[in-house]
Amino acid sequence: MQLNFNSGSAAAACPPPLPTRPLMKLAELRQGETAVIDDIDLPDDMAHRLMELGFLPGSTVEAARSAPGGDPRVFRIDGTEIALRRETADHVMVRR
Amino acid sequence: MSDCHGCSVAAAIPPPEVKTRHTVALVGPPNCGKTTLYNRLTGLRQKVANFPGVTVEQHVGKAAISGHREVILIDLPGIYSLVPRSEDEQVSCDVLTGRMQGVPRPDAVLLILDSTNLGRHLALAAPILQLGLPTLIVLNMADDLRRRGGNIDAGALSLELGAPVALISAADGDGVDKVFHFLEGSSAAVRPKPLMQLPILQDVPKCRQWASRVGAQAQYQAPAPPIWTRRLDSVFLHPVWGPLVFVAVVVAVFQSIFTGAQPMMEGIENLVTWSGGLIGGAISNSLLKSLVVDGIWSGVGSVIVFLPQILLLFLFIGILEDSGYLARAALIADRTMRRVGLQGKSFIPLLSAYACAVPAILATRTIENKRDRIATILIAPFMTCSARLPVYALLIAAFIPDRPVLGAVLGMRALAMLGLYALGFLAAFLTAHLLQSSVLKAEPNAFVLEMPPYRWPTFRSLGLRLYDRGRVFLHRAGTVILGVAVVLWALASLPLKDGAPPPIEQSYVGQVGKAVEPLIQPLGFNWKIGVGLITSLAAREVIVGTLGTIYGMDGSSQSGDLQAALKKDLTPGGAFALLVFFAFAMQCFSTIAVVRRETGGWKWPVIQFGYMSAVAYLSALIVNQAFARFV
Repeated sequence: MQLNFNSGSAAAACPPPLPTRPLMKLAELRQGETAVIDDIDLPDDMAHRLMELGFLPGSTVEAARSAPGGDPRVFRIDGTEIALRRETADHVMVRR
Repeated sequence: MSDCHGCSVAAAIPPPEVKTRHTVALVGPPNCGKTTLYNRLTGLRQKVANFPGVTVEQHVGKAAISGHREVILIDLPGIYSLVPRSEDEQVSCDVLTGRMQGVPRPDAVLLILDSTNLGRHLALAAPILQLGLPTLIVLNMADDLRRRGGNIDAGALSLELGAPVALISAADGDGVDKVFHFLEGSSAAVRPKPLMQLPILQDVPKCRQWASRVGAQAQYQAPAPPIWTRRLDSVFLHPVWGPLVFVAVVVAVFQSIFTGAQPMMEGIENLVTWSGGLIGGAISNSLLKSLVVDGIWSGVGSVIVFLPQILLLFLFIGILEDSGYLARAALIADRTMRRVGLQGKSFIPLLSAYACAVPAILATRTIENKRDRIATILIAPFMTCSARLPVYALLIAAFIPDRPVLGAVLGMRALAMLGLYALGFLAAFLTAHLLQSSVLKAEPNAFVLEMPPYRWPTFRSLGLRLYDRGRVFLHRAGTVILGVAVVLWALASLPLKDGAPPPIEQSYVGQVGKAVEPLIQPLGFNWKIGVGLITSLAAREVIVGTLGTIYGMDGSSQSGDLQAALKKDLTPGGAFALLVFFAFAMQCFSTIAVVRRETGGWKWPVIQFGYMSAVAYLSALIVNQAFARFV
């Protein structure tokens, strides 16, 4: 897991607050867990929309309840709740 | 058009000497309570149209203010930023910069933000203030903010932004007077900071940093999480209870529409019959009496009977939407919808399509992905809209016995009705599936759904919704349906024979029906049904009035006479074929028109009409032939 460390260098512009923690996908976060967003690996339009909704590198996000079957999942960010599909949350990288 | 960056950000609208007209735009992110405030400011003095050239709805209303100025309010679509990425954002941007054809550039802006969510919403203030228009920053949901222990110094924020700030609660009207003061031009001017540094707009993180700095200066304290929303979600989004509640809500809505509206519908029907008799008694000329009572009164009356049902359905949709449950329903529905190439957001328009396909197609605007949007538009008319109800109600009452199936809970007729709903639903989903694998291939898109906190719906907002829907429905009854009723009466009563109307078979309408009879005979329909199919192209429910006119001049689906006449004249196979035909056919001019407008051309409506008619004809053919052979 520690080997993943290097992949974060592309996002060096936004210094990761806890550089010792490994990168993981937002979709892998379990209900009740929190993490800090590191990078959004999506086409510009989608990435911008997510950022406008608060999914900014450096922000803390918490995984909340989900639809039956675990997808889409609601994420708490900035005091609001926003649901994302797994296919989107798979491309948001976070550090726990 | 030159931008007026020179004018002071802070200045209120200059006080006029004579009565002048001002345009004020309402701007804000989705879920900020913008529409609630708009309704408070305009009351019933509003109208809905489309922005010229685009598909975005334009809500325009007159502010309820006295004095020497007239203020026109434009409610712009909800936006997250002024970077135009969707049609909604493009429209808002164009209106605010004065580039929208036929819409004057606003003289001022009301920027509405959710005060419980300022961390995110305040970022929108940057591009709006940069427009250089006089702006009032309205921080809505102040009651919620206070209740949940949040705080904001409105005065400090005002100084920080260089624009007046009003802390209000649009739902209960608290503080709305400050907005009225601004509109009246008596709002105190605020001196802006000498050098207000606005961030680079394209850079979202910079905008957010700016917003949080401004928020910190104004001592913004975000409220505690909404406890009740969390508690309710632990039930409504529970892996087991959640789907159960979802199904229960949908069933409860249907059951109450059918049983709850019944007494009111009977009341209206009796009123129509009784008043028709009164009017008939006052007219001595027999031809005129026939036109007024049989043509107009019963034709329009047979449609007005459905007002209670339509209002009840819109009441439920309104409650679900305003309370915040509809977003949860979209979340629960997403996985299923995705399987057929749609998404959770398609669920809301498709649910509205149960009332009417026209508002449903307009509601697809919340779907940012164009492909998903067109797919939703194409399948929406399959959902059982309320205009089908009169037809279903008439045929079910005539051909299906009123026997209990599940005790007092479910009768045979209700079951038949549910079956027809399921049929439309099935057709919609199979079509969506077909679209996904043929003309409209799925492409990757970001599904983003905001979960607003639960709120009590207000009577005011629900009332305005119902008023609006009722008005639209009655307007249609008074124009399209009235017109069809009069034309049909004329066609059915002409050519005159010895100064009196001919037997219906020899009338013009009879001749047209006879002409199409060979085409529809395999479906089990006679020429009278043929006439009904033609007139119902205007609107589905028109067939009930038409059949009433043809069979005995009493056009209402509750009418025992009409039911008896149909029972004598149609085989059960033909009746079921007719039900199936109406479940699938796109018998509605308004829908065709709105699809053309929303998809920007004739291509989709033509494909849709051809496809739905073919499905309807073939299914009706199969049903009738199967009945003839096996039953």
